[in-house]
Amino acid sequence: MSAPWKEIVRKIDDYRWEIPTSYKAGMLVPGLIFASEAMLGHSWEEQAFEQVANVAFLPGIVRNSLAMPDIHWGYGFPIGGVAATRVRDGVVSPGGVGFDINCGVRLVRTSLTEGEVRPKIEQLINQLFVNIPSGLGSEGKIRVKEKELEEVMVKGSRWAMEKGYGLPEDIIVTEESGSMKGANPDKVGSKARKRGIPQLGTLGSGNHFLEVGVVDELYDAGAAKAMGIESLGQVLLLIHTGSRGFGHQICTDYVALLGEAVKRYGISLPDRQLACAPISSPEGQDYLAAMSCAANYAWANRQFILHWARESFSRVFGKSQEELGMRQIYDVCHNIAKLEDYTINGKKEKLCVHRKGATRAFPAGHPDVPDVYRNFGQPVLIPGDMGRYSYVALGTEAAMKETFGSTCHGAGRVQSRGAARRSLRGADVARVLADRGITVKAGSMASLAEEASEAYKDVSEVVDITHKAGISLKVARTKPIGVVKG
Amino acid sequence: MGKDFEILDHTADVGVIAYGTDLNQAFANAARALFSLITELDDVEEVLYRDIELTASDEESLLVGWLNELIYRFDAEGILFKRFDIIQLNDTRLKARSYGEKVDSSKHKLKTGVKAATYHMLKVDKTDGYRVQVLLDI
Repeated sequence: MSAPWKEIVRKIDDYRWEIPTSYKAGMLVPGLIFASEAMLGHSWEEQAFEQVANVAFLPGIVRNSLAMPDIHWGYGFPIGGVAATRVRDGVVSPGGVGFDINCGVRLVRTSLTEGEVRPKIEQLINQLFVNIPSGLGSEGKIRVKEKELEEVMVKGSRWAMEKGYGLPEDIIVTEESGSMKGANPDKVGSKARKRGIPQLGTLGSGNHFLEVGVVDELYDAGAAKAMGIESLGQVLLLIHTGSRGFGHQICTDYVALLGEAVKRYGISLPDRQLACAPISSPEGQDYLAAMSCAANYAWANRQFILHWARESFSRVFGKSQEELGMRQIYDVCHNIAKLEDYTINGKKEKLCVHRKGATRAFPAGHPDVPDVYRNFGQPVLIPGDMGRYSYVALGTEAAMKETFGSTCHGAGRVQSRGAARRSLRGADVARVLADRGITVKAGSMASLAEEASEAYKDVSEVVDITHKAGISLKVARTKPIGVVKG
Repeated sequence: MGKDFEILDHTADVGVIAYGTDLNQAFANAARALFSLITELDDVEEVLYRDIELTASDEESLLVGWLNELIYRFDAEGILFKRFDIIQLNDTRLKARSYGEKVDSSKHKLKTGVKAATYHMLKVDKTDGYRVQVLLDI
């Protein structure tokens, strides 16, 4: 790209910017970016912009190639990208989901207050660190044989729950009830199985974490109450992880396979990482069946971790689960492709919605929103970086109309991991966080520096844009007091 | 002899550029770059080897396939590789022997987890010596 962004994008309103199809020959629909002018000015990345335009090449794409305000440069798709393709004549792209299939977030309430947790926060973080395997090369405490792994691929959270890791009510408040239909283990290769078996029940490394946070602002007390968030100072737990090496390998295998399919189906793409196949083709169907296996693996993974987190809290506070009130609020995935119904030009159309670093945000009344939230909308969980805030929001009707029921997923990086590592030392990051009252335990100090606040956009700015644009509405904010990093 | 490889910054991920007097050496250096991200290569000894053979439709795909095979061996078998002997390499076929050892947490410091090699920014350039470029998802 040669011209500066301001000459290419067209301002629609304060929070919406369009990349016209005239920008690049081959774009089938315009790009639509949710951002403020200030955000575009200081954290805009030309490569991410280019990627929004490239996604608009995907056959069957409907309406817009979308970018949420946490957009940043990815591979193929931008991170924070949403693209919906027609099931009848469109494509599915594994790159539009990413390597960490069903990377997602689970939020859990507790009846504890900051006053009760603060004095024991170090003990709690240590207990979580010991009880939940994390870090590069760690192996899970769950030992499964290949046959059981296949059950995990099909049943997801339910498998973990049936084995005693969790409660039936956890499943009710999990996207897709924690097990996506259409999963077929026959479509998962031996390498993914080998990577998946030892890593089941692990947090992983990189940007994955556990966060103990305190509610410090309430924006919608009614919705918060429905979620079990009753007061300021209440302690919540956030779990952020995905499908580990199992999902990575499935994506690797299918990007290679669909890279060949692209030639067979005569699809022309500006970036090979956008490899795709018609949804109706054998390759497209196989990918969706394998992707669903990885999605279910990730839900089982977060279910195991929730169980060990509950155990850890019980041990540290010497209280029963009943006394602790550790009820799951919701679990969302932010790397996924889902078949969903929308009204396009007055007609009902089945679409394949790719959310790559974007969260589903269904409105009140939608049949896929659990009964307890039916009058409010689907809870949207937006983790920030470990030094600032995390948010709970609600899906809206505006999101259904404009973003295929999607909103942002986090803060979005602004600084590369290398740059963060060079400018900050892990030990210094830990000290700065300690000064802010945040206890951190990390598998490696280098990873701590890479994930420092300075490497991310301010999540508050991101969430304000989605709130003002109306695609998700704020319910509550938490600030972290303890973090376990992989 | 100049440098063997460079690590490129990318907002979410990390790029690798590897050089060589021939393509074999550039592929070997790309693999060294990969493992230099995962651990300190100096701490790895050569106590085992693994043979890898793969085919792909072109050189770019071979490079991605080669690195993904090594990522798989690390993730599934826990092997850190440090030396790579590319025995055969043409447009569609690669045969290599890779030397290293299993992860020993008392001896090896693991740094960055690498999820996969991608096709984004992928380049095999033969204009001025051999130079290959690939983006890794970390």
